[in-house]
Amino acid sequence: MNFTLSNRARSITFGLMILGALATVVGVMGDHSEHHQHSWASLLINSFFFIGISLGALFFYALQNATETAWTVLLKRVYEAIYSYLPVGALTMVVVLAAGSMHMHHIYHWMDHTLYHEFMVGEGHDAQYVDEAIQGAVANPNYDELIANKKAFLNQPFFWIRTLLYLGVFLYFARWFRAQSLQMDKETGDSLVKRTLLNYRRSALFLVFFAVFSSTLAWDWIMSIDTHWFSTLFGWYVFAGMFCSAMTTAVILVLYLKRKGYLPQVNNSHIQDMGKWVFATSFLWSYLYFSQFMLIWYSNIPEEVTYFMARIDHHPMLMWSVFFINFAVPMVLLMSRDAKRNPRFLIGVGSLILIGHWLDVVLMVMPGSVGHDFHGVGILEVGMFLAFLGMFLYVVLNSLTKAPLTVVNHPYLEESIHHQI
Amino acid sequence: MANKVIYAVYEDPEQLKDGARKLVSNGVKVKDTFSPFPIHGIDPIIGVKRTRLAIAAFMFGITGTCLALLGIWYFNIFDWPMNIGGKPSQALYKNLPAFIPVTFEFTVLCAAHGMVITYLIRNKTLPGMPARNPDPRSTDDKFIIEVRTSDNHGHSAEAITDLMRSTPVFEINERQY
Repeated sequence: MNFTLSNRARSITFGLMILGALATVVGVMGDHSEHHQHSWASLLINSFFFIGISLGALFFYALQNATETAWTVLLKRVYEAIYSYLPVGALTMVVVLAAGSMHMHHIYHWMDHTLYHEFMVGEGHDAQYVDEAIQGAVANPNYDELIANKKAFLNQPFFWIRTLLYLGVFLYFARWFRAQSLQMDKETGDSLVKRTLLNYRRSALFLVFFAVFSSTLAWDWIMSIDTHWFSTLFGWYVFAGMFCSAMTTAVILVLYLKRKGYLPQVNNSHIQDMGKWVFATSFLWSYLYFSQFMLIWYSNIPEEVTYFMARIDHHPMLMWSVFFINFAVPMVLLMSRDAKRNPRFLIGVGSLILIGHWLDVVLMVMPGSVGHDFHGVGILEVGMFLAFLGMFLYVVLNSLTKAPLTVVNHPYLEESIHHQI
Repeated sequence: MANKVIYAVYEDPEQLKDGARKLVSNGVKVKDTFSPFPIHGIDPIIGVKRTRLAIAAFMFGITGTCLALLGIWYFNIFDWPMNIGGKPSQALYKNLPAFIPVTFEFTVLCAAHGMVITYLIRNKTLPGMPARNPDPRSTDDKFIIEVRTSDNHGHSAEAITDLMRSTPVFEINERQY
């Protein structure tokens, strides 16, 4: 059965985009931070949050192939639709990063090349920056020893090589998986089994790439905002947030489709298992978040605690509500079997968790990039969020219309239909 | 009239399920089934109520959390406060992050052990308990339905065995008890 985008859904997505764009314009006009830093940071938050959802879905999809999981076979197209947003997400990410590279904003403080040289010759715009005390050189007031020590990793050419490598690899695999999935619809017998095994091997390969890239992209795109600070757990913590958002988005999308009368073969057991993933990944996130927090809190080293001081001192409400929404809410509300089988309830709690993870990204980005100009989530962030949400929903729903909503042929399709727990 | 227990022995779990369905649809109450491995989907057929083990596990977990916090409070705050890493132990809530790992582990410990022990007691399979399985072949390759006449006053033993015979049964055994 094919999905058709109803007029109502189309007008809602476009309505969200227009409303969001208007709110963004109002927000940008009210943004008096230097270089419109606040607006750029808001763009970064939303770009990252939504590309994170599609990356989480791509990861989960590859994981299902690599572990030869049967029950998700019915839902393959849903995950494909979620990661079909990847090209758009990559584009918005590149826009933010390129603007930083061109010094249109200073979210990435380390992109300022003057930080890396101990001495300077001359003054103002004509100043030459040098590493040694040559004739006529004076101490460079901008010199930052901590950042200079990170030059081997944090320099623009290497940063761009990495960024383009991540996006290239992700886009390549996303396209490849989708093409294979569509190809499998036309095949039966031996060639189908062969293709499934090929998918299995390629998915395992992808997971190797993703294991490294999911950490390093979090360092590059998010952790380098607070350039002096570092945390070895940060990559996993960011990844857990993506993973949880993707699982939540998937279950909400499936429940929406079911409510519209699609996916008739998806039964309560599938829904409950998807709910379990939301529950489990929420715990994964909480575990990593808390591990990072506790180690830093316990050792109490000045260069590490700055990250949490900036957040606890200035945004205590945001800080604790993120932890509360993303940990306590799923733990208490999604623990029982009945809760995970109740569509309305699951959609409600899922939406709350998505907002929680969005706020988590806000809290990762804002204190380091906007600092004292950030007084809490306002029209700028929310407006951009709505615009991105509209765009994301449109891309995802549109991708759902392109192929049969459940795969036609797959060795595990029969098993998936009879999934029962 | 003496109470009888009747065992219908099947060679295949699907045949057992069909047999159980037939018995239940004719109003016979099935006491239990015995099989070498869990039979998927048998519970709703013979009317086994959903397990409440999850609720028990939750209770054990909460007990573990409370015990852990109580213990930590007594050892580290009340009885012998210590200054570790510049964090003097003055109040439980101030040092809570340091105590969370222990609390978490103890919660898991209590939930897991409590759940296993409850399960073994409830199934009467604690180590050393006599086996309740009526026929050793049900641990190998036979699948057995147990019906008691004391549960089925509306049916005579003959009627029940006749019903069983109409299913693909391997053999039928009766026993007085």
